[in-house]
Amino acid sequence: MTTPYLVLTVTLIFIFLFIYMVSTVVWGKVVSANDKKAELNKEETRRDFLHVSTITIGAIGSATFMWPFIKSMNPAEDTLALGTTEVDISNIDEGQSITVTWRGKPVFIRKRSKEDIAEAKNAKLSNLPDPEKDSDRVKKEDWLILVGVCTHLGCVPSGQKVSDKKGDFNGWYCPCHGSHYDTSGRIRKGPAPDNMEVPPYKFLNDNTVLIG
Amino acid sequence: MQDKKEPKKYKNSFLNWIEYRLPIISYLEKEYGDYPMPKNANYFWSFGALLTICLVVMIISGIFLAMYYTPHVDMAFESTERIMRDVSFGWLIRYIHSNGASFFFIVVYIHMIRSLYYGSFKYPRELNWLLGVFIYFIMMATAFLGYTLPWGQMSYWAATVITNLFSAIPFVGEGIKTWLLGDYTVGNATLNRFFALHYVLPFVIFGVVGLHVAAVHVHGSNNPAGIEVKEPEDTVKFYPYMLVKDTLAFCVFGIIISAVIFFGPNLMAEVDNYIPADPMVTPAHIVPNWYLAPFYAILRAVPDKLGGIVLMFAAIAVLFIIPWLDNSKIKSCSFRPLYKWLMILFFVNFFILGYVGMKPATGIYLLLARLGVIYYFGFLLVITPFMHRFEKNIILPNSIHEIYKKKK
Repeated sequence: MTTPYLVLTVTLIFIFLFIYMVSTVVWGKVVSANDKKAELNKEETRRDFLHVSTITIGAIGSATFMWPFIKSMNPAEDTLALGTTEVDISNIDEGQSITVTWRGKPVFIRKRSKEDIAEAKNAKLSNLPDPEKDSDRVKKEDWLILVGVCTHLGCVPSGQKVSDKKGDFNGWYCPCHGSHYDTSGRIRKGPAPDNMEVPPYKFLNDNTVLIG
Repeated sequence: MQDKKEPKKYKNSFLNWIEYRLPIISYLEKEYGDYPMPKNANYFWSFGALLTICLVVMIISGIFLAMYYTPHVDMAFESTERIMRDVSFGWLIRYIHSNGASFFFIVVYIHMIRSLYYGSFKYPRELNWLLGVFIYFIMMATAFLGYTLPWGQMSYWAATVITNLFSAIPFVGEGIKTWLLGDYTVGNATLNRFFALHYVLPFVIFGVVGLHVAAVHVHGSNNPAGIEVKEPEDTVKFYPYMLVKDTLAFCVFGIIISAVIFFGPNLMAEVDNYIPADPMVTPAHIVPNWYLAPFYAILRAVPDKLGGIVLMFAAIAVLFIIPWLDNSKIKSCSFRPLYKWLMILFFVNFFILGYVGMKPATGIYLLLARLGVIYYFGFLLVITPFMHRFEKNIILPNSIHEIYKKKK
C-alpha cells in the first residue's frame, strides 16, 4: 500500500516543481519584455517575485488539499483490521474440497489424493509460467489451502465439486477467460500470470486450521 | 427605472426585457432558428439531436430510480426488485433506463459511424471529434458503473473483472485496485462510490455535450458531400427544415425504443443478473454488455494479462488521434471508391468483435477475435494514413448547390 503513496507524493512534488519553474520562466519573460519599465521602477521585480511565490504556494496548498480526499477512498480502518477464520477439517475425505470465506474472499481447502501429490511434485519447474515448488506451497502434503481467486481478473475458478470442470491439469479451471491450474494451484495454461495465492495459515491441531 | 434607450428588438416586451439583461433570446434565434444547415444533410444528421434527447431521458429516469434505490450490498438487489414489483410504474422507469442505455449506445455508434464515413472529424472540426470521443469514454464508464448497481451476479462479476484490469499495472496496480474498491474485494464501499459516481458523471457528460454542440455551431455542420458551405444557396435554415426532420427521426426512434421497452425489455439484458450477487460463485459465462463487448474481445484476444489490457485501452486511445491519422483532403467516403469499402468493413469488423466478445474465448471465436484486432488496428494505423496516396478519388462537385443543379 505504501508504494502507490510514494509514487503519488513524488508525482505531486514534481508537479509543484514544474509549476514553480514554468511560472518563474514565464514571469521572467514578461519582466524582460518590460525591461525598460523595470529599470525605471525597480519595485516591479520584487512585486513579480511576490506574484510567483503567491501563485506557487497557492497551487501547492490547493493540490495538498486533494490528499485527504484521495486517501479517503482507501479501505477504512475496520476493513483493514485483519480477520481470521477457524475451520474444522475433520469431515473432509481424500480428494474432496471445501470453500470457506476469509476477508470476503473464497478460500479453497483440498485434501489431496496420492496421485494429486505425485502429479504436483513431478511437474517440471521449467514448464511452469510461475515456477514454484509444491513443497513451498503446502505445510502438510495432504492439505492444499489457496485463496480461490484467479490471478487473471479475479473470478472464482471451478473445480471444488467433484462434478466440476477441473481443467487440463486436474486442479481448477477458470470459466471467465480459460486459465488452467494444477493440483498445487499453480497456473499451467491460460492468461493468468501467477499461481493462486496461498494465504497465511497454521494447523491448530490435526482437525482445525486457522486462516489469517 | 426603465432606460429609454433599451432596444425594442422583439414585439413581446418580456422578451425584450430578458434580451437586454441576458442575450439568450438572440442566441437561441441564431443557433436554433437561423442556423444554416447544409441542404444535402441526410437523416444521419439527426442522430446528434437524438443523443441529446437520450441523455435527458436517462438523467430524468435515473433521478426517479435513485429515489427508491438503496446502495448497500444487503439491500441493492432487493430495492431493485422492489422498484420492479411494488413501486408504481417502477418497472417502466427501470426498463426505460436500462434499455435507454442500450439505445444510447446504438445511437452513439451510428453518430460515430456517420462522422467517420463522411469525414466530419476533419479540419476544422477536430476538436469536435476529440470532445465526442471523450463523451463516448465517460459514457462507457458511466454505463459500467450503472451496470453494477442492481447487484446481480453479472453486476458483481463485471465489477470484479473490470477493477482487476488495473491490477495488471506493474508495481502500483494492486494499490490502485484497492484504492478504487475501498476494500480488498468488491464490497459495500465499492457499491457506494459506484453509485455516487454513476449519479454525477451524466452531469459531466451534459457539460461536455454543451461544448460539443457549441463547437459544431462555430463552423457549421458537415454534410454527405463533405464540402464546405460556400454560398447561402447551399444551406437551409434550422427552423423549420432541420427541426421537422429531427422531429420525424425522433418519432421513428420513439416507436422502436417503445417496442423494445414494452415487448422485449430484457432482450439486451443478461438472465444471470436476476440472481443476487454471490462473491463465492462465478457464473459459468461472464458476458459484458453488448456495447462494451468489442473491447472485451480485444482484451481476450491476447494470451497475456498486461498485453491484453494495454491493447484494449489502446483501441480506445487510438480513436482520439484519428483526425491526425487520416491525411486525405477529401472528407466524404462517397468520393473515395476504395477506402469507402474498407471503411464499411471496419464497421462490420467492429460489430463482429462485439459478437465474438459475448461468446466463449475458444476455437473459432478466438481466431475471429484475433483477425478482428488485426484489422481494427491495421485499418486505423496502416490503411488510413497511406490510402490517399494510392487511391484515385471521384471528382468533387464545386458546391453543394451544384449537386442539385446536375440532378435537374
